[in-house]
Amino acid sequence: MAETLNIDQIRADFPVLHQQVNKAPLIYFDNAATTQKPKAVIDALSAYYEQDNANIHRGIHTLAERATTAYELTRKKLAAFLNAPSTDQIIFTSGTTAGINLVAQTFGRANVGKGDQIIVSNLEHHSNIVPWQMIAEEKGAEIKVIPVSDAGVLDIEAYKALLNPKVKLVAVNHVSNAIGTINPIVEIISLAHEVGAKVLIDGAQSVAHLAVDVQALDMDFFVFSAHKLFGPTGVGVLYGKRDLLESMPPYQGGGEMIKEVSFSGTTYNELPYKFEAGTPNIADVIAFGAALDYVQAIPSEALAAQEEALLAYATQKLQAIPGLRIVGTAPEKIAVISFVIDGVHPQDIGVLLDKFGIAIRTGHHCAQPLMQRYELVGTCRASFAFYNTFEEIDRFVLCLEKTLQMLG
Amino acid sequence: MGQPINEIQEELIEEFGLFEDWADKYEYLIDLGKKLAPMSDAFKTEENVIKGCQSRVWLHAEKQGDLVVFQADSEAIIVKGMISMLIRVLSNHTPAEILAADLYFIEQIGMSQHLAQTRSNGLVSMVKQMQHYALAFS
Repeated sequence: MAETLNIDQIRADFPVLHQQVNKAPLIYFDNAATTQKPKAVIDALSAYYEQDNANIHRGIHTLAERATTAYELTRKKLAAFLNAPSTDQIIFTSGTTAGINLVAQTFGRANVGKGDQIIVSNLEHHSNIVPWQMIAEEKGAEIKVIPVSDAGVLDIEAYKALLNPKVKLVAVNHVSNAIGTINPIVEIISLAHEVGAKVLIDGAQSVAHLAVDVQALDMDFFVFSAHKLFGPTGVGVLYGKRDLLESMPPYQGGGEMIKEVSFSGTTYNELPYKFEAGTPNIADVIAFGAALDYVQAIPSEALAAQEEALLAYATQKLQAIPGLRIVGTAPEKIAVISFVIDGVHPQDIGVLLDKFGIAIRTGHHCAQPLMQRYELVGTCRASFAFYNTFEEIDRFVLCLEKTLQMLG
Repeated sequence: MGQPINEIQEELIEEFGLFEDWADKYEYLIDLGKKLAPMSDAFKTEENVIKGCQSRVWLHAEKQGDLVVFQADSEAIIVKGMISMLIRVLSNHTPAEILAADLYFIEQIGMSQHLAQTRSNGLVSMVKQMQHYALAFS
């Protein structure tokens, strides 16, 4: 039998969970927006500023050395976390959005031309649509969209039909932020490779829930944010295949990304520094290392089992509410439930649940094309993490029923 | 000439003062939303829409004599409740009165969060838009 998590012990690691909001105990079901941070991450952040703060890579003094070592240690941890072939294929960004823009403005600018195509899916977050629209517009390329079924599953046959040698890049999320679908990225990647297209996988919503092996998945580019993986905001990761990263032109110019600068010409630094211009977010990168340690210390099977159980329990309880419809019923889902209720605007539900101390997300989830597909103004989204409990789901459902009575 | 703006605000503060807990307050607000005079469909145009991140608000203004008359609607009932109060306070007043209004009642009745959530509803933009209309009509 698989190990089960000691939830009380885990919850004790997350200070923010232990508070009253509007005179009720906080229930935090907005983990897809950002996860909470364990004490180890908060401590790492303050310890860095209290003991080690220095600029990295350039100084020769002790503090600079300590800061550099700690910063680079997170890169090593990330390479191991993703099973990347080397640490210099791990590039720090400010977040998923920045990673996508980096690839769009470097790989995209160098490889997408007039008449070429970029494929995205109908499930994408705006941040995996708009950067491609910008480069497509600039280059005279076209955006093609993989359709999604009523259940929230990508239509792979339609995707196959879209693939052709004009496609230079496919940009798809690993998991949908709005409705939780896990996309078949193995198939998506191998089909794209057959026509010579590269693939960017947006892992913002997957890294906290699914193991990612960039080599086994044959990833070209993989991007995600630290803050959705129990780490600080303001840090993101871009993994790329070495030949791709090396052939890409630099993105932003500045310090750190150069080898030599003169007015007759500048040579650029090697990977990963070529893409890390300026002083990076040192403290948050170091604290992210603590988040990786924390999450990897939890047995992954027990973690997955807890989230699966929460999803199943909440799905069953919510389905019993009259007029409630779950949006996104893909067979492969992470612990996210998007729902709508007949005749009730999601925003009203969100406002009243907040009065009960319950944090969910309402609105279009930065996925307006998906909302348009389902003809919805938005949904209510409850997204769980391993520190959530069945008791919280019970109280959430009870308060949701009270909310509906108030609105009824 | 209608009732002065501050007198209406005091009335609202008194009405909300009757409720001790938030749920009663919100039930009253929801009730106000439900009772909001329906907006003519002819005014629910793309031109009159104020886009919030989560819900849309429609606002129409016209001048009747010296007074500005507002009509508004929203998809969300709590926003509608807020709209109902804003219309009760500001509609049927002169442009000068509207421009000089200090909407202190919102904070006093404990509803200022609805105007702070700038991205999630169109209320802040609605108040601004009401003042723009008043300015245009003055």
